[in-house]
Amino acid sequence: MHIQNFGSLFAAYIAVWAIFFIYDFTVARRIARVEKDLAEIKSQIPHK
Amino acid sequence: MKRYGIFALILTVLMFFAGYAALFIAPDEATMHAIQRIFYFHASSGWAAMEASMIVFFANVAYLAKRDLKWDWLAISAVEVSVAFWTVMLVTGPIWAHPVWGVWWTWDWRLTLTLVIWILYLCYMVLRTLIADPERRAVFSAVFGIFVFLGVPLDYLSIRIWRTQHPQPVIFGGQNSGLDPTMAKVFFYCSGVMTLLMILLVVKRYRLERLRHDAEELRLAVEEASESAGMSRNL
Repeated sequence: MHIQNFGSLFAAYIAVWAIFFIYDFTVARRIARVEKDLAEIKSQIPHK
Repeated sequence: MKRYGIFALILTVLMFFAGYAALFIAPDEATMHAIQRIFYFHASSGWAAMEASMIVFFANVAYLAKRDLKWDWLAISAVEVSVAFWTVMLVTGPIWAHPVWGVWWTWDWRLTLTLVIWILYLCYMVLRTLIADPERRAVFSAVFGIFVFLGVPLDYLSIRIWRTQHPQPVIFGGQNSGLDPTMAKVFFYCSGVMTLLMILLVVKRYRLERLRHDAEELRLAVEEASESAGMSRNL
């Protein structure tokens, strides 16, 4: 492979991985927060 | 969720191989050399972004036809994921353009329409947070989403209709266009991987929306139950 502009190519690849990783991470964090809320609400339901 | 984890792991391996194929299997382009290899992720992200936008459109139409909130959940999930893919396009494009064109950005049809779609989908996400009633929010989102989608086919066709600074199409571009067979194989492989990634992210984001709905329903049920319990004690 011709290595001219390799820095730009490397930056683009890092950007692609970073965008998807950060997005996936934020969705996972939001899911964890809602699951915690859900567990809290369930704990308020009186047991018969 | 375990099945999702296995699928995500397989997809990560496929993505690493896509990176390897784009860097080492695809042949060197004669004039641009290494920087042309951005194309394999830039263009395939563009395809995935447009596919996600199509999901948004169909979900919006389905909501207006059936008034089932599940379609609204699918629409917002696909909007968010499409924004991630449009962002990849808007970030990798200028990184490629700077060494090739000598400028980071130019206001040609393809670039401008892509930026406009990205901004409008961001508005879609922000404006939804201002409407509390789920039905009203879904109707507003569906109408707005259909309006935004009008720009997507125009964005796809822009490099075919107008003479743009953006390179002319090499896939489905008609006569005098095309790719080296190995380049085409790598490109279609990368596009397939990006499409799978898009589907995986939409599934995950949809789960978040369903959980939010479940939590809200349960919260209302608990509030109602405690209110009625309080009333019966007073009687």
